[in-house]
Amino acid sequence: MANVLRFRRGFRFQWEPAQQCHVLLYPEGMVKLNESAGAILQEVDGERSVAELVAVLEQKFPEAGALANDVCEFLEHACNQHWLEVS
Amino acid sequence: MTISSGASTDKAGHSVGPPLWLLAELTYRCPLQCPYCSNPLDFAQTEKELTTDEWVQVLRQGREMGAAQLGFSGGEPLVRPDLEELIAEARSLGYYTNLITSGLGLTEAKVNAFAAAGLDHIQVSFQASDPELNNAIAGSRKAFEQKLKMARAVKEAGYPMVLNFVVHRHNIHQMKDIMSLCERLDADFVELATCQYYGWALENREGLMPSKAQLERAEAEVNEYRAQLEASGCPMKLIFVTPDYYEERPKACMNGWGSLFLTVAPDGTALPCHSARLLPIEFPNVRDTHLKSVWYDSPGFNHYRGDAWMPEPCRSCDEKDKDFGGCRCQAYLLTGNADNADPVCSKSSYHDRILAARKAADHATVGIADLTYRNAENSRLFFKS
Ligand code: SF4
Ligand code: SF4
Repeated sequence: MANVLRFRRGFRFQWEPAQQCHVLLYPEGMVKLNESAGAILQEVDGERSVAELVAVLEQKFPEAGALANDVCEFLEHACNQHWLEVS
Repeated sequence: MTISSGASTDKAGHSVGPPLWLLAELTYRCPLQCPYCSNPLDFAQTEKELTTDEWVQVLRQGREMGAAQLGFSGGEPLVRPDLEELIAEARSLGYYTNLITSGLGLTEAKVNAFAAAGLDHIQVSFQASDPELNNAIAGSRKAFEQKLKMARAVKEAGYPMVLNFVVHRHNIHQMKDIMSLCERLDADFVELATCQYYGWALENREGLMPSKAQLERAEAEVNEYRAQLEASGCPMKLIFVTPDYYEERPKACMNGWGSLFLTVAPDGTALPCHSARLLPIEFPNVRDTHLKSVWYDSPGFNHYRGDAWMPEPCRSCDEKDKDFGGCRCQAYLLTGNADNADPVCSKSSYHDRILAARKAADHATVGIADLTYRNAENSRLFFKS
């Protein structure tokens, strides 16, 4: 939870108006992200720790309740995919 | 790549999404002569290349339509003096910009200048894992050393790096060496792609296609290497593209005709895939047609959308949504009619032609020196007029 994550070099997160969603772009590929994945990755800035990231999201989406488990699970997946790395 | 949900509909009522992938073939000029080059056989005859301004228009129109991935390829894109300018324009439009190069003509200064212009990624193609074989296939004496140097420069400048090896019967035994070379060079992705047999590669098929035994050994080696990488936590990703000639079902070519990919050739011809030019179909030119109507309205791009065009056996096949009947270019080249099922499919009445090629691969004796190399002299032999 104390880890600070950042996007791996060459991985770019951006909003695509034509697709109406966030995407992750990388060499010759693209992942379309669903709303929650987009919302989580939007907060990854290479400065906040995972715990801080969870706090920010909980504040942003109060109706969603405790988010730590879901967020950590997704971030673990993103690290396993080598989209994110510990900075 | 994932498929987008479409907003627009074609005549048959199928939804047509935007072209998410734009391939800009800036030029057919190239200092190398690979015998499997994907450029047209008669490339030496190509008309005038698009100007910088014309390319800028294409990039703007494509991005407006929703294209997100952009490849600069060729030929060798580095021979275009306006490459840096085009990269900067593309990046400012929001594209993810990929440069697909042989590494020839690249310098450290250019690697850095392109990074400053916003280039996201550089893919360097190799012909083999050792200088002798690499240079023999590329038809150039200094190619290998230059490629190694540039691969190092690419990593040093902080780019993610894809190394691409075209795999065939003369280098497939080097698979392990190739993968360990890539690991030493710190590649992020490695594409081990067996040839697609169109154009130059079809001319040279017998001298390029690996035998089944060669292929099986290579597959086992790749799987073993992949497991090792995973166990050690190394992020290098191996992508092995095996030849469809050893399959019983064709690949879903380009994810479906006109569904994701839009290629613009050096002279401005717009194509649903880079080899579609060989088909007896008329394709629009971006010089006189807006990319939007190229993609949504042109007869060329609508020709094989949906499935109303399919004859048997595809028409009544329950797998047609999966592979779209396979590759139109392969169907045309091997059966003489681009509407036919891709003969890779075991349901095709032309499947025996694939079986014959497999058999030939078991006994082929064509040496590296016997291949037809991609150069202007050989290209002129293929002029249609
Ligand atoms: S395949 Fe070889 S000859 Fe063809 S464009 Fe690429 S480097 Fe040049
Ligand atoms: S018959 Fe046509 S649609 Fe069916 S699997 Fe073969 S190529 Fe695909």
